[in-house]
Amino acid sequence: METCIKGSKEWLNSMEYRELNFAREKLVINPAKACQPLGALLCALGIEGCLPFVHGSQGCAAYFRSTLSRHFREPVAAVSDSMTEDSAVFGGQSNLIEGLRNAYAVYKPKVISVFTSCMAEVIGDDIKAYLGNAKEQDAIPQDLAVALSNTPSFKGSHITGYDSTLKSLIECLAKPRQEDTINDRLYVVPGFDTYPSNLREYKRLLKAMDAPFTLLPDNSDVLDAPNLGTYELYPPATSIAEMNEALNAKSYLLLQAYSTPTTSKYLTGKGVTVETIPMPIGLSGTDNFIQAIAKFTGQEVPQEITIERGRAVDAMTDCHQYIHGKRFALFGDPDILLGLVSFLLEMGGEPVHIVCTNSTVPFKKAMEKLLAESPYGQGATLYPGKDLWHLRSLLVTEPVDMLIGDGHGKYAARDANIPLIRVGIPIYDRVNLHRYPIVGYSGVINLVTMIVNTFLDELDRTSTDAYFELMR
Amino acid sequence: MSTKEIIDFRKQVVEEVLELYPEKAKKNRRQHITIKENNECASCAVKSNSKTVPGLMTARGCAYAGAKGVVWGPVRDCTHISHGPVGCGYYSWANRRNLAEGEIGVDNFVPFLFTSDFQESDIIYGGDKKLEKIIHEIVGLFPNTKGVSILSECPVGLIGDDIESVSRRMAEEIKLPVIPVRCEGFRGISQSLGHHIANDAIRDHLIGKGPGREVGPYDVGIIGDYNIGGDAWASKKILEEIGLNVVNIWTGDSTIEMLQNGHLVKLNLIHCYRSMNYMARHMEETYGTPWLEFNFFGPTKIRESILKIAAMFDDSIMEKAKTVIEKYDAEMQKVIDIYRPRLEGKKVMLYVGGLRPRHVVGAYEDLGMEVIGTGYEFAHGEDYDKSMANLKDGTLIYDDVTAIEIEEFVSKLKPDLVGSGIKEKYVFEKMGLPFRQMHSWDYSGPYHGYQGFPIFARDMDMAVNSPTWKAVKAPWTK
Repeated sequence: METCIKGSKEWLNSMEYRELNFAREKLVINPAKACQPLGALLCALGIEGCLPFVHGSQGCAAYFRSTLSRHFREPVAAVSDSMTEDSAVFGGQSNLIEGLRNAYAVYKPKVISVFTSCMAEVIGDDIKAYLGNAKEQDAIPQDLAVALSNTPSFKGSHITGYDSTLKSLIECLAKPRQEDTINDRLYVVPGFDTYPSNLREYKRLLKAMDAPFTLLPDNSDVLDAPNLGTYELYPPATSIAEMNEALNAKSYLLLQAYSTPTTSKYLTGKGVTVETIPMPIGLSGTDNFIQAIAKFTGQEVPQEITIERGRAVDAMTDCHQYIHGKRFALFGDPDILLGLVSFLLEMGGEPVHIVCTNSTVPFKKAMEKLLAESPYGQGATLYPGKDLWHLRSLLVTEPVDMLIGDGHGKYAARDANIPLIRVGIPIYDRVNLHRYPIVGYSGVINLVTMIVNTFLDELDRTSTDAYFELMR
Repeated sequence: MSTKEIIDFRKQVVEEVLELYPEKAKKNRRQHITIKENNECASCAVKSNSKTVPGLMTARGCAYAGAKGVVWGPVRDCTHISHGPVGCGYYSWANRRNLAEGEIGVDNFVPFLFTSDFQESDIIYGGDKKLEKIIHEIVGLFPNTKGVSILSECPVGLIGDDIESVSRRMAEEIKLPVIPVRCEGFRGISQSLGHHIANDAIRDHLIGKGPGREVGPYDVGIIGDYNIGGDAWASKKILEEIGLNVVNIWTGDSTIEMLQNGHLVKLNLIHCYRSMNYMARHMEETYGTPWLEFNFFGPTKIRESILKIAAMFDDSIMEKAKTVIEKYDAEMQKVIDIYRPRLEGKKVMLYVGGLRPRHVVGAYEDLGMEVIGTGYEFAHGEDYDKSMANLKDGTLIYDDVTAIEIEEFVSKLKPDLVGSGIKEKYVFEKMGLPFRQMHSWDYSGPYHGYQGFPIFARDMDMAVNSPTWKAVKAPWTK
């Protein structure tokens, strides 16, 4: 191997290359993170009658819309105020005002979610002042709700933008919290979740447990809209009435700690009770979720949920032999990674390489704790801040049996000759995965099914005649 | 309806749509929409290449999208740095279907995202040092790279970084072309300026600076074919069959050397005029390399183009050209015989980018279909002038059409098929309308050449006649 030609595939697959690759300091290759406004858009789409509005270059809006449309195979609406070179000199005020005027006139939104892209952030536009001026000039009605969030792409990632925008929407729409107006509802925040089916799964379970709840934000009917022969710009989502009461919630349940820290802090600051639990992927994750709801309602967990759990456990025990001892590599956002790793450990699967480009220190601690607590987590290493080119080196030098992550992983998986289970965003090359929940007890069954059947497909595809069997 | 009635109806539709706008926006948008009548001058009738109206949902992208996404991204043996924050590079990563030969990571760097992933500190202190380090790291990790392009994103231009001097220094140091492309997204008003800037970068840093080559009598280059789903390979096949030697493609499946030697051909053949006419003109003016626009969509236009191209060479080429046409005309007729009966009289509305709003009209007509509306995202006046000859009286023409306009036009004009992009696709599918993506060929293709037409015909038939559209209405709905 040491004689392989520099630049050749063998060299790329060598330990020598891995060391060189991990020695890089500034170059980022194939990162598993997008920028803030993508998350802002995903969030804004979950509020009823909300028009997402990008304050910045129109190209940004085009990119965010294309990305979500490709992934969900759904229309994604967003306007921008098309800032150009002269805005760089004079600021983006006139674009913002004219943009608001036109967008309001044409799209009649109930609320506009304005979020920024790089240009506005670098030149330091004061969007709050501009909004005041827009109203003063009657570009939009005085009482039109306009939420403002600063979402520079050079800070954090898509999950940061989701968080800031969620906070801005609550701030903009919610009436002040008062002791005598507190409602009986549990506000559930899914976080940056690209599975409309996950959101539906949460709602189904909450209903089954008789919890009065609001899912905030809820883009499930926007990003998995029915084909009824008409295009709806504003499908049903979290209602404005529920937004108005958002600070009067009895309590909040946050399902993604790492994509909602700002919102969590904001809510706590307003005196709202906030509980954050890990994203309910896997059995214990879902058990936590169910128990958190039960704690809220003060009721026993209904028998039907226990039965549903039993079916998931049945799938796990039926299939454990196909996952136990298998080696996995994973990449993705912090919350989803914690969920997936927790699920694999429950199945006796062994995570080996875990790459999180948008890692944080608290996430690192949480992941290390999760791994340390399980005998199956002992061989795992978390690679915070690394990218998919690092991951490729890991896969070819320390092989695993399967990669789990979004569609971008297909290149590394192919080079390592292992299957990729597509989880996360973007997934441009498979259909309907966003319609199968990965959370809740049905998520357990879906993950078991995807992973095990893929292993079995591989086995059938690669078996010689002698080992080609009907039973697996 | 008579043509006059059609024109009057469509005029009324336009007026109704414009009524949705506030005064200023209405006045602006009115200038961008027209109905073809009596062959008037198109560039007088449709205003184009002007600022997008803020707040109206445009499909347009930015200069970076034009420079990186379109022109530079497909150059396969060059590493392309998306210089700035992570987003722009991320969203343009491996999603423009620029097929390319070579081994991924060895000598093909197309499906990669190389980014400087700017953080706040880079905004404050500048990114030049970081860029230098990144170029070092790239050549260390990818020793086969034949050059490095630097595609700057918005912040780079706003904080005053000097990527030009970094490039100069680094080019000397690594002994490879290092090409700064100043395509910050705020420049210009659409992708179009990005194409121009990208062309200028080829002019300033590559053309004529390569190893050179002997020009053979039949050497040609294809300019403005990005090899979407293998388009350029399909075009190349025809040209080779008529006896020409395709030595360069810009920029689908392209190489740094092909860009350096672009002028070293007998003739440059330009497909996407909008995105690459600048370099075609430059090569003509500076090196005397002639260029010719052609259209390889559908047998009628292919035939016309082959004859036009062959006329630039000697009789031996013309002879082969005629044989090729004869051979393929028979094959294409079989395709038409299958699909035309299923598509005859079907109406199409288009809204695409650089060349397709006019170039694909003939291919639809080969199938008996009629284009009743068309428009460009980022055209200039001359694109509309070139379009007119291809369009019938009464055709609705819209420049930088807004989402609400095209939704309204489609619901009033009721085409049988809409051809546009990903952002439009699902809007129309939700209306129960057949749709094809005409940027990405909906992950099919190629559509160019004789290889492409049968696929194009099949895809349009699939879209228009899919049984799934009948399922939209539930049996119990009135």
